[in-house]
Amino acid sequence: MKFFGYTMGDPNAPVEPPSPEMYERMGAFIEEATKAGVLLATGGFAPMSEAVKIKYTDGQFTVLDGPFAEAKELVGGWGLMETRDMSEAIEWTKRFLAIAGDGESTIRQVYGP
Amino acid sequence: MTHARTHAAIETVIRLESPRLIAGLAHYTGDIGLAEDLAQDAVVAALEQWPAEGVPRNPGAWLTTVAKRRAIDSFRRSSDLNRKYAELGRTLAAEGGAWTPDFDRAFSDDIDDDLLRLIFTACHPLLSVPSRVALTLRLLGGLTTAEIARAYLVPEPTIAQRIVRAKKALSTADVPFEVPAADQRAPRLASVLEVIYLIFNEGYSATAGDDWMRPALCAEAVRLGRVLAQLAPAEPEVHGLVALLEIQASRIPARTDAAGEPVLLLDQDRSRWDRLLISRGLAALQRARDLGGERGSYALQASIAACHARAFRPGETDWAEIVALYEVLAEVMPSPVVELNRAVAISMAYGPQAGLELVDQLTAEPSLRNYHLLPSVRGDLLRKLGREEEARAEFARAATLTNNERERHLSAGRAGERSV
Repeated sequence: MKFFGYTMGDPNAPVEPPSPEMYERMGAFIEEATKAGVLLATGGFAPMSEAVKIKYTDGQFTVLDGPFAEAKELVGGWGLMETRDMSEAIEWTKRFLAIAGDGESTIRQVYGP
Repeated sequence: MTHARTHAAIETVIRLESPRLIAGLAHYTGDIGLAEDLAQDAVVAALEQWPAEGVPRNPGAWLTTVAKRRAIDSFRRSSDLNRKYAELGRTLAAEGGAWTPDFDRAFSDDIDDDLLRLIFTACHPLLSVPSRVALTLRLLGGLTTAEIARAYLVPEPTIAQRIVRAKKALSTADVPFEVPAADQRAPRLASVLEVIYLIFNEGYSATAGDDWMRPALCAEAVRLGRVLAQLAPAEPEVHGLVALLEIQASRIPARTDAAGEPVLLLDQDRSRWDRLLISRGLAALQRARDLGGERGSYALQASIAACHARAFRPGETDWAEIVALYEVLAEVMPSPVVELNRAVAISMAYGPQAGLELVDQLTAEPSLRNYHLLPSVRGDLLRKLGREEEARAEFARAATLTNNERERHLSAGRAGERSV
């Protein structure tokens, strides 16, 4: 089963910008998750202030530039996991958050194409 | 958190930690049977303590520490333990019997080496192939004997006995817990790759029973392959195997229709192929080639699978390239089954008559006498040539040869089908 886990840098669940130590521990964690055959792809999000939203309503496109939240720099990241079940995806996400620090991750099961 | 979720979380942590726990203990004890017993003791302790105290920050280190303490306790309590137990207990007691959890060790290279040793030991050629498969799934997949039994449709005691005997055989032969030396490395690695390949294949096209595809076995094999590729990154055939498995796995969503019936490769809805797995497979294949493994048997099979994966429509398939790859594969790994596949590729590249000529040579092959795909392929080619009577007879024969309910249904259906 594949799961997409993300921390969006949501203003309601702010994530502190990472310290160099955290980068190092996160690197070790990513290595571990990759070696376990669980992490298929991962990456970070640019700050929410740089995001763009594209809407489509009644045949019309609207492109909205950020910022959508307060000035605080909110960053996030994502990971695509393949695990035996939801419980394993939860455990890996706990291990991620234990390094990333206070915050909130969402995991969604990914269906095949 | 609900009680059920807490319990599930604890079981998940234990399942995730189990291979590394056993690998670390096997390094310590030199005996995987003893390592698994100790690991089991630690798991029992965890199931008693974690629900009340919470999961420790480093569960792997906790389990390892408890397992080592149990080894000493047992040694002190009993005088008639077996030799290995006694040796271990003595060593541990001499060290003072006090350990603090080593939080760095969970991330250390040592554990990676131990995992690789565990894979090589579980797949030791001394063991029968079904034993290697069962032991690998048990020790490295963390599957229970009940789960393995269900996947292979055999009674649970059979699997349990297979595992016990395998561990005993390794112990009796004093098989060292190590990565094989250079002169033994190639055949030992071949055995490991074969086990992973067989696990995948069992899930991909089950040979018995009515469950046509067992996705859990496929997923487990792909995971084992990915783990091995990280542990032994310099081995081209490991990447070749991973490439093959990733690309084969990419087709799983398209291999059955809504009713669960199998859909043949050329009839599959390719928009349902998993593009992420295809690109991972192609990347793994490139790594195998970069390491000089182009002519490895798994890399060749992956190259063939890649020809299909690159074609968005069946008509775009480069069949001439596939024929060329099968020719090399037939040199590297001569086998009637490879010849049969080569015949199919030839028929696609150069017409059914050209394919049939090669297939007809294979009908005399004793090893293919009971192979259901031979009459199935022959039937296909005969039908394409308009030789309908002969084609139907071949499909009927294919139906009687396969053990798998769904594949039998497919063959039987084609035997009754009118050609259009």
